[in-house]
Amino acid sequence: MDIDCPLPVNSEETIRLGHGSGGELSQNLFRNSIFPHIKNPHLEHLHDSARFAIDGARLAFTTDSFVISPLFFPGGDIGELAVYGTVNDLAMGGARPMYLSCSLILEEGLPLKTLERVMASMGRAAEQAGVQLVTGDTKVVERGKGDGLYINTAGVGLLEHDRDIGPGSIRDGDRILLSGDIGRHGMAVMASREGLAFDTPLQSDCAPLHAPVLDLLRAGINVHCLRDLTRGGLATALVELARARGRLLMLEESSVAVDPSVEGACELLGLDPFYVANEGRFVVFVAPEEEQSALNILHRHTVSADSRVIGEVAPSDPAAVVMRNILGCERLLDLLPGEQLPRIC
Amino acid sequence: MKFLHEYRQRKDIERTARQIARITTRPWTIMEVCGGQTHAIVKYGLQQFLPPEITLVHGPGCPVCVTPLEIIDQAIAIASRRDVIFCSFGDMLRVPGSDRDLLAVKAQGGDIRMVYSPLHALEIARQNPTRKVVFFAVGFETTAPANAMAAFLAREKGLRNFSLLVSQFLVPPAIEAISGVADSRVQAYLAAGHVCAVTGFESYHALARRFSVPIVVTGFEPLDILQGVLMCVRQLQCGENRVQNQYARAVERAGNQRAQDMLQQVFAVSAQNWRGVGKIPASGLRLCAAFSELDAGLLFADEKQPACDTSECISGEIMQGRKKPFECPHFGRRCQPQHPLGAPMVSSEGPCAAYYRYRAQVISNDAV
Repeated sequence: MDIDCPLPVNSEETIRLGHGSGGELSQNLFRNSIFPHIKNPHLEHLHDSARFAIDGARLAFTTDSFVISPLFFPGGDIGELAVYGTVNDLAMGGARPMYLSCSLILEEGLPLKTLERVMASMGRAAEQAGVQLVTGDTKVVERGKGDGLYINTAGVGLLEHDRDIGPGSIRDGDRILLSGDIGRHGMAVMASREGLAFDTPLQSDCAPLHAPVLDLLRAGINVHCLRDLTRGGLATALVELARARGRLLMLEESSVAVDPSVEGACELLGLDPFYVANEGRFVVFVAPEEEQSALNILHRHTVSADSRVIGEVAPSDPAAVVMRNILGCERLLDLLPGEQLPRIC
Repeated sequence: MKFLHEYRQRKDIERTARQIARITTRPWTIMEVCGGQTHAIVKYGLQQFLPPEITLVHGPGCPVCVTPLEIIDQAIAIASRRDVIFCSFGDMLRVPGSDRDLLAVKAQGGDIRMVYSPLHALEIARQNPTRKVVFFAVGFETTAPANAMAAFLAREKGLRNFSLLVSQFLVPPAIEAISGVADSRVQAYLAAGHVCAVTGFESYHALARRFSVPIVVTGFEPLDILQGVLMCVRQLQCGENRVQNQYARAVERAGNQRAQDMLQQVFAVSAQNWRGVGKIPASGLRLCAAFSELDAGLLFADEKQPACDTSECISGEIMQGRKKPFECPHFGRRCQPQHPLGAPMVSSEGPCAAYYRYRAQVISNDAV
């Protein structure tokens, strides 16, 4: 018998797609190539938005870039994503989203009709989210140097309370609330990109999330932490929070809703819905005694009508996320090394 | 979801586990052949439901894990060529070759497309008549029919720029090789349900008799696997060695005749090198003479590289069920999914990746 086995591949000298996945490779990129050169207390928080005060006004500030193929997918398009993504990052800091910027990187040859369709969608989304797109920029790159259209948005929001919403405020025993089912956006985009047809067409969950968040705050709920689930899905978001706070998060798998069409598509492709992207879901950390009142408020909003408790913060380390499955067996949820790759058979 | 949740109910699983415990009087070692079954066993923690006498060992049925290094190196060399569009299933992209993986080739400018079906690669060939489109045809009997169909259609449509780099494996010869070793500790097999959905299970009767092992064709859900174990233990306790079919909702005795016909037309049985296991006679498929003009292995023969190996990964012992992943000194320490020492840590079907992903405890990183 001959045993052959390859040398480890550690060629991280170039950027790979996995560096954008939000998983372990992304973390390495921040740690090794970005943070050594740019340091300040705001950046160290690693939260969705930076928060600071100017002349007494407390503000939140964030930016996000949107590169997605196809530009239009069931349940949304790149324009909606670009508005809601930044609105949601502000909302997760507990801020009221106010003003957005919009930078367009256009590829030579992009039909004007396509651009106008995206702009119309951005206009509608901004109106829906109660924000104004107040400044912007356009650049054109040669054909073949872009994917049709890239959008960057930055946003400013107003903090109307003095709570410190973030991983640092997570307390032992906190309940973890999730605003709906998971995995819709990632599977809808994949199905549409790869031409996979399923019996029930998958729709992205792309939506603005500021309304339920502002309602929670207005009602005086002591929200400890908020996080929207984007690339990397529920698992990646919770692992980042567990690490940032240094606590163990315990989840019940059966409490996390996955739509049958998402579940079926994931089964077929060998993907784990806990790591599939969302664009309209978030988690809320509150003390146990506020669980019910928080749920009551969340249930009033369409985007969070199916909110449930999915787990709690255990009063112990290590900093990790452990999920108990339907058979009572516990597994550790960790960051994935890179992108999730569909399996062979 | 139909045919999923019915097979994941705790009460049914516990009832079946109690039945197994009731009839077990001696230690038995059972191998599940397929990586998908390994994944389910580890994901659902099925070992904890079984009596201590029952040991499940993991078999060679992960196509990513057993694809030989020299083929991966050849794939990397072909994919690096400017005149080639290289199409592959997703989980082959991260398998380490001698010095890099296909994702690294992609980052360096290689035109590598992740596809979900060989027919998609065929479509890419049709749209790019000036480029050579190569599909990485890897897998067991489950992927072979669609790969055969792609070869068949390419010839029928006269697509001259399409070829297949074939690394196809057959399950029964692997069972034969594992059972034929003098110190084999495997006393019964859970055969791979989806493989048998294609091939049927007639060929397993001779194996069961020759090596005196029960073989149960088994599905992939938790309850399927415990039912398969129960059927094995029933036979073992009575000294029987029959072939039984637990997965009757998907598998018929004769299998899928149309798929088998397609395989017959396109492929010929050949010796195959299994990474970590070695060469097993008549355990693979290659394109038959009539389809040799589609054989990327021949078309790009000059891209063949001598394979360079290292002794650090114990994939051979893992893939033959001799050792569990956590018995490897590098598991979870120097060898992790983001820096794998070997293929079993890469694929979602690989036993080491499954153990790593579904581990309940944080592994101490002191050896990193």
